[in-house]
Parts: sequence; structure tokens; C-alpha cells
Amino acid sequence: MLLSIENVDKAYPGGRPVLTGVSLQLDRGETLALTGDSGSGKSTLLNLVATLDHFDAGEITLDQTLYSGLDDAGRAALRRSQVALVFQAFNLIPSLTVAQNLSFHARLAGVLDPAWQETLAERLGLTELLDRMPEQVSGGQQQRVAIGRAMALKPPLLLADEPTGNLDEVASAAVMDLMLELVRDAGSALLLVTHSPAIAARADRQVHLSQGQIA
Amino acid sequence: MNVRMILLVLLMALPGVAGAQGFAGLGATADGFAVPKRGNLLNFPDDHGPHPSFRIEWWYVTANLTGTDGRDYGIQWTLFRSALRPFESDGWQSPQLWMGHAAVTSPEAHFFDERFARDGIGQAGVTAHPFEAWIDDWQMVGPDFDHLNLRASGSEFTYDLDLVATGPLVAHGDRGYSVKSAAGQASYYYSQPAYQVSGTLDLPNGPMPVTGWAWLDREWSSQPLSEDQTGWDWFSLTFDSGERLMAFRLRGETDLFTSGTWIAPDGQASPIGNGHVTATPTKWDEATGRQVPIAWDLQLPEKSIDIRIEALNPAAWMGTTFAYWEGPVQVSGSHQGKGYLEMTGYD
Amino acid sequence: MTGAILQAIWSHWRRHPLQLATLLSGIALATALWSAVQAINTEARANYASATQQLAAGSLDRIIDPSGPMTLSQYRILRRAGWQVAAVREGRLAVAGGRINLLGVDLLSYPTLPAIAEASQVQGIAPVDALSAPGRLFARAPLAERLQATAGLPPVIASDQVPVGTVLTDIGTAGALLGEPEQISHVVVLSKQPKGIPPLDQIAPELRRISTQGDGGIASLTDSFHLNLTAFGLLSFAVGLFIVHGTVGLAFEQRRPMIRTLRALGTPMRTLRRLLVVELMILALIGGLVGLVLGLYIAGALLPDVAATLRGLYGAPVDGALTIRPVWVASGLGMALIGTAAASGQAFWKLARLPLLSTPGARAWSGQTQGSVARLAVAGLGLIGLGVIAVLLGDGLIAGFALLAGFLMGAALCLPFLLSHLLNLGGRTAGTALSEWVWADMKAQLPGLSLALMALLLAMAANIGVGTMVSSFRLTFTGWLDQRLTAELYVTARDDAQGAEIERWLGRHSDRVLPIRALEMEHESAPIFVYGVVDDQTYRQHWPLLTPAEGVWDRVVGGEAILINEQMARRNNLWPGDTVTLPPDLTYPIAGVYSDYGNPTAQAILSVDELARFGLPVPNTRFGVRLPSDKVATVAQELAASFDLPPDALIDQANLKARSMEIFDKTFVVTGALNILTLGVAGFAIFTSLLTLWTQRLPQLAPVWAMGITRRQLAGLELLRSVILAALTTALALPLGLMLAWVLLAVINVEAFGWRLPMFVFPVEWAKLGALAVLTALVAGLLPARRLLQVPPSDLLKVFAHER
Repeated sequence: MLLSIENVDKAYPGGRPVLTGVSLQLDRGETLALTGDSGSGKSTLLNLVATLDHFDAGEITLDQTLYSGLDDAGRAALRRSQVALVFQAFNLIPSLTVAQNLSFHARLAGVLDPAWQETLAERLGLTELLDRMPEQVSGGQQQRVAIGRAMALKPPLLLADEPTGNLDEVASAAVMDLMLELVRDAGSALLLVTHSPAIAARADRQVHLSQGQIA
Repeated sequence: MNVRMILLVLLMALPGVAGAQGFAGLGATADGFAVPKRGNLLNFPDDHGPHPSFRIEWWYVTANLTGTDGRDYGIQWTLFRSALRPFESDGWQSPQLWMGHAAVTSPEAHFFDERFARDGIGQAGVTAHPFEAWIDDWQMVGPDFDHLNLRASGSEFTYDLDLVATGPLVAHGDRGYSVKSAAGQASYYYSQPAYQVSGTLDLPNGPMPVTGWAWLDREWSSQPLSEDQTGWDWFSLTFDSGERLMAFRLRGETDLFTSGTWIAPDGQASPIGNGHVTATPTKWDEATGRQVPIAWDLQLPEKSIDIRIEALNPAAWMGTTFAYWEGPVQVSGSHQGKGYLEMTGYD
Repeated sequence: MTGAILQAIWSHWRRHPLQLATLLSGIALATALWSAVQAINTEARANYASATQQLAAGSLDRIIDPSGPMTLSQYRILRRAGWQVAAVREGRLAVAGGRINLLGVDLLSYPTLPAIAEASQVQGIAPVDALSAPGRLFARAPLAERLQATAGLPPVIASDQVPVGTVLTDIGTAGALLGEPEQISHVVVLSKQPKGIPPLDQIAPELRRISTQGDGGIASLTDSFHLNLTAFGLLSFAVGLFIVHGTVGLAFEQRRPMIRTLRALGTPMRTLRRLLVVELMILALIGGLVGLVLGLYIAGALLPDVAATLRGLYGAPVDGALTIRPVWVASGLGMALIGTAAASGQAFWKLARLPLLSTPGARAWSGQTQGSVARLAVAGLGLIGLGVIAVLLGDGLIAGFALLAGFLMGAALCLPFLLSHLLNLGGRTAGTALSEWVWADMKAQLPGLSLALMALLLAMAANIGVGTMVSSFRLTFTGWLDQRLTAELYVTARDDAQGAEIERWLGRHSDRVLPIRALEMEHESAPIFVYGVVDDQTYRQHWPLLTPAEGVWDRVVGGEAILINEQMARRNNLWPGDTVTLPPDLTYPIAGVYSDYGNPTAQAILSVDELARFGLPVPNTRFGVRLPSDKVATVAQELAASFDLPPDALIDQANLKARSMEIFDKTFVVTGALNILTLGVAGFAIFTSLLTLWTQRLPQLAPVWAMGITRRQLAGLELLRSVILAALTTALALPLGLMLAWVLLAVINVEAFGWRLPMFVFPVEWAKLGALAVLTALVAGLLPARRLLQVPPSDLLKVFAHER
């Protein structure tokens, strides 16, 4: 088992619970879609798994690493090498070129594989765009860069939060295809937050979150 | 207001300025200074010299002159002595100060200058015999008081005149004791009203030989005016008849004090008491930036005098550190003649 | 309606109090430095004016007796000949706590003396008391208080009208205090003289008339010092305006949506603009007032040093105290308003062009700015060109300062272009993803920081430039002092008779005696001091010749040639090979030119025998004494005892050097302090820029944080970035500063002081300055970094939130 979430509670600073007793497991290479309404807590759960946020109770374990035992540096190290993220708003680094963005995370983690990098650029259709700045390419292209940046790491776990939320339907389907394909090739597991049933259907497994609890 | 202005207030002790500036002590008491006494007879030639125990003293010459061009001129030469304290000493710290005023007036122009000096360093002074009065290069010197050489220079004029007395000295008031107010302030006062003059004026247009008559006044006192007196009008007139009149009018806040001396052609003097002379301004002029009477009617009924007095040059303003009007006048009416008019307290 | 709009506009500042504080601080700092300099200048000028008025020193000729003091009979001769002169008696008077300069003038004839008039009017002092014994002394307040406590002196009256460091009194009082009451130091020739006075040589041929200094006098020297200060004031002002510009720009940027809304609701653009102008002017006035108060404190702190400088360097009398003058307040507030208007012009221009319905955000990152950076650089090169043209076409101080201004402003405008290329270079050397990002990110931040960095560039360049000038000056001056002050002891005798005795005495008690004999005369209607020297190894070995050549001293001591000082050489363009004619008609070829720092007047050296040929009595009262340095103290003591010499008649070399160095060090305390302040303002500019950039920083930092870089690392990198930018700017400031130093030394100095100085470089100083700049940047970056360190994850997470 790669990821184990056990009885995790999380409340907003005001005290309103976001997640209550959430438990969830994910195997290596498995893809899982987390669905739910706006405000159901699915993004919060993703952020907890990404170590971007702290939970109040319970435990999360990634590849035998207990989250509760990690300090700030440990969490950053985990993000650097174990987890990769794809956001709805792409969140590329605006001051770096497409090529630099693509390799950035892998180089941070010290696991750059030039051959894999090249493959990624080719398969994501970015070969011609490598010297451009992020603002100079389209939204779909930006998201493909973001996916490439994440997959360059060949992360054990890829976390994607509404990765196609900012894209139109056609682009969205193409991007999803590419992402799932690359995840499978890299042997990564995928935790995918989406509100779209069509996209969720393409995952191995679906979990529905409602008012902070697994339905 | 600069330092000299203040000095001048001390020096002149003129009521207009003194009152306004609050130098009340000057008019009221004589603190340590000698005071004129009735009955003290004048003693010559000693009295031609300075009297350092008195606060203030002057040697005052005015002359009505005619140039070879036929035009009228007037000159003034005055040396004032003022004592800060009633004693003499050598060096810079002498308490005796000197001030000179000199002027030349023609119908069109009026030039003047002034000098300051202190006693004790030889820059200015007066000796009685031989007679010598000087401040810087200005001088009135002679073997005696009847034969004098008079010189002065300013940035625009110089003059060099010889004076010869043609009559006796004239003592004013009661044998030289001249009362200046109803309250009894007085001074010692005598004149030589009949000097015959010849010499040269040097003016911007060039030198001008002149002849005419000069009048010298000598006066010393320690409290010349009473506190409420704001200025004076002083006339020295020489009539074509050979008679002369000295008259002054002291303007008080409430009343006038007039006095004078009638001088017969032979020099015989008769004092004129308060109220006998009436002098009335008839024309005022602003040529010098202030209202000054430049024409007068003067009556002295007991001598059948009823005359008009007009300034030769209305602009004869002495713009010295302390300013006043002083200039030659023409006389017409019952008597014809020339003279000098001095007016203070109009600025 | 206006009320509602005002409320809307004002609400921005309520929500952004820090921004408001920054804006006000910017205006206040700019105004403070400007008005501090102005206050110093105004004060100093008022002091000269009062001195000139008091003593008419600048405008009236003097008559002296070259053989010594004048006598009363000489004065009388002048006066009786009609000469209108005022007698002056000067001297040093021993009082408790030292000796004072006593200036006795003939109060009766000296041109208007404001001190006395003021005392008479305000304090009711009667002039009669000043004229007769014991007299009165007039002095500035602090000195007056000291004197009042001294027994045996006449009553002392405090007056601001008296020149600094002088006690004014009547000549009679001076004579009584100094002794020899009939002695007169000199007389002043009053401006109005009567017609037809005889010429001086007919009435007193032994006296000489000295005309007042013409060009090259105190006025032109002090003017240039003030021009220097003003230039620094303006520079500081400009640095402060960078802050205002940045803040106003940001505030307008942030208010765009609100302004758009207000316009959509029907507010006319004109009304809005007017209200915004009024708002800014009110802020400018508030900031200006704060600045004035601040400026007053700065000026108050600096003025004593300025006063010391002016007194020491030029002999110009300046008080160490400050008065608030209306012209100064007006100029300060005016500058605050004008400066704020200038700094907000761009923001208003943008506002006017704001389309009603453009969409917010979507501001392009780098592409758009590259072009404007290049345009700025072109404009900068243009400014530099203008400066060069100014110096090619023009002459004098103004051209020199135009060159400086052109170079400084031009270089500032080129800075973003240069930095962005340097950062590109740096990016290429980057080995890791993180460093690559740091370089790229710095470049991305450049537009937001460039104004602050320009301010830093200017501050650093001024610092390096002035520092180099000062140190060069000091080094040269030290060397010159060593060359020039070679005798171990300098003695001044009371008169020629005592001089001769002292010379005999010293013949027995020292190695060698060097008479220092001089005549003051005129050359091209300016005063010149001509010294006569004897042949001595001391001169041959040490005299600081700018134009050394074989046989110079042989020619001079042989009576064949003359040496002149650098000031005279430059002012009259006279160099070796030219000739100098001195009155009446003695002509000498110039053998050499020597440096003569700290002295505004012309000077020349002849052999002592030649000096005698002028037919004037040459005083023989000053001597340089050569003797072993360990004997100086004993000989000085014996000399003082044997001849009853006052302490200031004996000066030992070591003491004199120390005193001279002290003066020159103080000279530059002022510029040094201004530099530090300017650097501080630049640091503040960086700080505020970093703060205003803060909101834009999070979206750039959050993804990196999400990819596993801790906040601690990010904070460290923020600091690093600030430091690297500062270091690069400093590196660029170095050549600019050296250029500035060169202009100051070779162009401005020659105009201002009359001498040119060799330029020395001081790499250690630069290193220190660089460290200071880095430290400034580090301090400026500290708060933003700390904020980053403590930023809650939730703030970072917002960057990833869906609804953006």
C-alpha cells in the first residue's frame, strides 16, 4: 500500500469541521478520483496528502512515512521527492521558460532523467515551445507543462486538483488522456480531485466526499 | 534708526525727537551739568571757546551771498558740541562729542554734508585765542573772532570764505541770558550778525566767486528747551536799512513762546519779549517729502515791521542724520532784505 | 457626491496604512534632506551677510602702515586732510577660558553698526555708555555669557548682529582693554569722500591703501561650497522622490478597479482627477511638514560641523546655531509639493488613459518590460551625452555640475538595462534548478525594484565619489603639510625690534632661523602676499613644487625668478615661463608653481633681498625655527619667558599639523553624514519596494513551496536576492562613483577651491561601502523575509484555490 489515510479530522480556524473521520487507502500505481460538491473538503484532503496543510487528528502514511512525525523540512523533502502536484490554475513559475519549468521539480529533487524529459516534452507536444515563457503559451499548453513538470519526477504519487477546470471540453479530454497515460507509464499512483463525473469515471476507483465524510 | 541717530538725539536734545524717543531726562534736569544763570556776564575772548561743563553748545554761521553771476546763494557752517558727561578727557573715551553740518544753497540746488568726531584725539575742537574751530578738514579759523576763514567740503561742494566783522558782538536776552520757555529754560546766547564775506564756492558747475553778509550765532546750555516744546522756527534777518532782526518761535504742545532781538545799524541791541513777535506760515511745501512752511508773515508792531518771508529754495532740507530745514530767505513788505530761516520738528 | 467619492478614495489608505506611511515617509525624507541642506546654506549666508554688514569687510578699502600699527597722529593727519576714514583697533584679549578676538571700531564714524542699533532699540542700551568708559562689549550669546562671567570686563551685551567669534566694542574701550590706547590697527576708507581731498602719498606717504579682494574672494569660495551642499541636497531629494513615485504608482494601480467603478457610476474623470490631486497635495503638505521638522533636526546636528568647515577652510564666519527662517519653510514645503507632483505625474498620466472597461489583472511579465528597459537606457545615454556637451560648451562650476547631474541621472536610467543583462549572465552560470530560478526571479522582480535600486545606485555613487574626493584631499593635504611645515617651531614677534632680538636669541638656541617676511601688495587688482625667503636646505628639500625642475631654487634665491602658488597660477593662467609684474614695476619670470591648500589668496615667493627692492618696509616679526624635535618644548618655553610672548605667538609644528588636520577632517564630516543619510533613504526605498511587491510575491513563491522548498529556504533566498541586487548595483556604482570623484577633483575643485588634486583610489573604502550597501539591503529585506518565514500555509494555499 502506498498511501493510507486513517480517521483524519480537519477543521477551519473558526472551528467548523471540514473533514471528519476520513479514511482512505491507495495502492501503488492505482488511480483514484475524489469527487464531491464544492466545499465538500476534497481539495482540503488533497492538500493534507500533499503536506501543504496540517490535519487535526488521525494519521496519514505515505510509503511508510508517518506525516505526524514530520517537521517543516521533512514535509518539504517529502513534497520534493515523493509527491507531485497539478493545479487547476497551472501555477507555473512565470519567470522560468517552459523548458525550465518542465525540469524544475525533477532537478529540485535531483532525479532529472534527460531521456524521460525529452519523451515528456515530445508526448506533451511541447518541443516547439521550450524556449517560450509561460505567459506566451495557451492555457492547455500551460497545463501540459504543469503535468510534464510533475511527471518528470516520476513521483510515487501524483496529486491533481481539478487539472482541467480551466480548460474547454476538447482540451480537457486531451489533457486527461495524456496525464493518465503518463501516470501509467511512470508507475505513479494518482489522486485526482474533480467534480466532473466523466473524468472521475476514467479512474480505477472513485470515492465520493460529502460534507467532509466519505459517502 | 542707527547709532548716529541716537547720538544725535543726545547731541541736539531737540524736544520733538527727544520727546518722541523718551529721552525725558534731557529736557527736565541737567544732572551734573552747569546751568545758565541770569546776571553772569559774557567774557571774551574766552567765551568764544567751548564750555565743556554745559551739555550742548554751537558755533553757527549762515551767510547770504551773491555770486558774480548775480544769483543768490546761501551757506551754512555749524559745529555742535555735545557732552555725554560734564568733563573733558584725552583719548577716544572723551565724553565730549562734536558734529559738523555744512551746506550750500542756490535757488535750484541744495548740497549738504555732516561730520562726527570726538574730543580728546584732535579730530575736532575749538580754541578761543587764537580762535580756531574745526572738525576734520572743516574749519573756522582766524587770528581773532573778527577775522575768520571759513571752509567746508562735501562730496559735491566746497567753500572757502573770508569773514570780517563790521560791528560789535550782540548779546541776546538779558546781556546774553536768553530765556527759552515760560518755565524758565534758558541759554547763553550771543551773535556776530555783521560779517562781510568774500570768497569762492566750488559747486558741480565749477567755482563761483561770491560776496555778501554772514551771521554767527553762539549758544550754549544744558537744558535748552522745556519738555513739551516740539520744535522751533528761527529767523535771522538783515534789512536793506542796515537794521537786523533775530526772532524765534518755540512751538509747545499748547502754546507758543516767541522771543527775539532788534539790532540797530550800529549794533545796538534791544531784546523782544515773549508775545511781541507774531510769525504765521502762509505757504507750505512738500518738495522734500514733508509739510514744511516756506513762506511766512511776520509782524513786530513796535518796530512797524510787517513783512513777507520766502525761502530762496523750498528744498533746503538738511537730510543729515538728524534732519531739519535750513536755508536762505528773501524779505519783502514793510522792509526789504535777506536772511536765514531754520525750522525743526517738521519731519 | 464629492463626499462619497472622497470617502471611497480615502478608504484605500485606511485599508493600506503601511502604504500611507511609506508615502508620507518618502515625502518627509525627501523634504527633510533638502530642507536640512537649505537651512544650513541659508544660515551660513545670513552669517556672512551680517559679517559683511557689520564690518563692511568685503566692500571697503583699508589703509595700513606697513611698518606696524598706526598712530593717532596719522589718523589725525588723514582726517584733517578730509579723508573720511574709520579707525579700527583689533587685538587678542586674554579672558578666563582662552583668548578672544576683540574688534574695536570708532562707533561714531564706522558705517552703520546693526549690533549697536539693535541693542539701543531692543535693550535700551544708551550709546553714551558704549562710547564712554568703561564702555560696552557686544558678542553673540554663548560668548557673551562667558564674558559676563569674567571679572574686570566692561558690561557685555548679547547681540546676534555681531560676527561669530568676535567681540565688538568701541575703539576707546578696545584701547583701554588692550593697552596702548592711542594705537590703531588700520583704518577703513568710507565709501563717501569729500570733493578735492589730497592724495594719500602727499599727506602720509608711509601709509598704504589696500583695495578689497576682487574675484577669488570669500564669496566665490563659499558659494561653491554651498553649491556642493545644494547638489547633495537635490540628490537626496531625488532619492526620496523615488519612494514617492513607487508608492503613488502602486496606490493608483491598486485603486484602478475602484476608480473604474466610480466612473461607471457616473463620476466625471475630471472630478476624480481633481480630488486625487487635492488628496496628494494634502499628503504632500503633511509629509512636507514632518520633513521640515526632521530637516531642522538634521541641520541642527550638522550645522556646527559646517560652521567649523567654513571657518577653517575659508575663514568665513558662521555661527553654529540655527534660526528658522520663513524662506526656508516656504522652500521646503514648495519642494515637497513640486516633488510629489513630479513623482506622481506618471501615475496621473496612466490614470487619464485608463479605459473605462478594461479587464483587471493580466499584467504581462517580462516581455513588455524588456522594451521599456531598453528605452530607459537610451534616454539615460542621452542624458549622459547632454552632460558631456554641457562641459564641452560651457565652463565653470555650473557646467561641472551639469556633467555630474547628466552622468548620475543617465547612469540611473541605464541601471535596469545593465542589471537585467547582468542577471541573464548570472542565470547562465546557475547549476541547480533553484539557483536558476533565483536568477530568473530576480530579473522578474527588477521592474518593481528598479526605482529603489536607482536610488541605491545614486547614493552609492555619491558615497564613493565624495569619499574618494575627501580621502584624496586628505592624503594630498597631509603630504603637503609635511612638505610645507618643515620648521619645528614658528614664532611671531610683537614688532621689528623684538623680532631682531628674537632672531639673535634664536641664533644661539637653535640650529637655524628662517625669517618669514612678507609684503601684501596688489596683482591685477587682487591682493597678493609676497614672501621673501633666505636660501636654506629646508626649502630646497621640502617645498611642495607642482612643477619641479632643475635649479628652481638657485634662480629664486639668486633673485632671478619668482615662485607662485597654484591658486594664482590657475586664476591668472600663469605658468613657468610666464612673467609676473608687481607694483610699482618689478617683473620676474616664474620659476615654478607650488601647491598651497586652504588659502584663497594669491601668494608668491622671492628671495628676501628682492623683497627689499620694493622700497617698502618689510616687517621682520615671524620666524621658522629649525631645531631637534625633542628640544621644541624647552626652547618654546624659554622663548616665551624671555620675551614675554603670548601663547599664540608660538606655534609648534606638530600642534599646527594636528589643528590643520582637524579642520580638514571636520570639513567632510558634513558630506559624510549626508551620504550616510542618502544611503539610508535608499535603503528605505528598497524596503518599501519589497513591501509593495509583497502581494505579487506569493503567487510566484507558492508553487516553489509546493514543490518542496521550505519557507525558511524561501525567506533566505529573499534576503539573498535583495543582497545580490544591492551588490550588483554597488558594483555598477563603483565606476560611476569614480567618475564622480574625478569630476569633483578635476573640474569642480579647480573651480571651487582654485586647486586641482591628484586622485587616489581606496579599494578598502569601497569594500567597506559595498558591505554597508549589502547590509542596507539585508536590513531592508529582513522584514519581508520574516513575514515570508511566518506566512501561514493557508495564505500560500489561496494561490492554488480555484476561484481566482
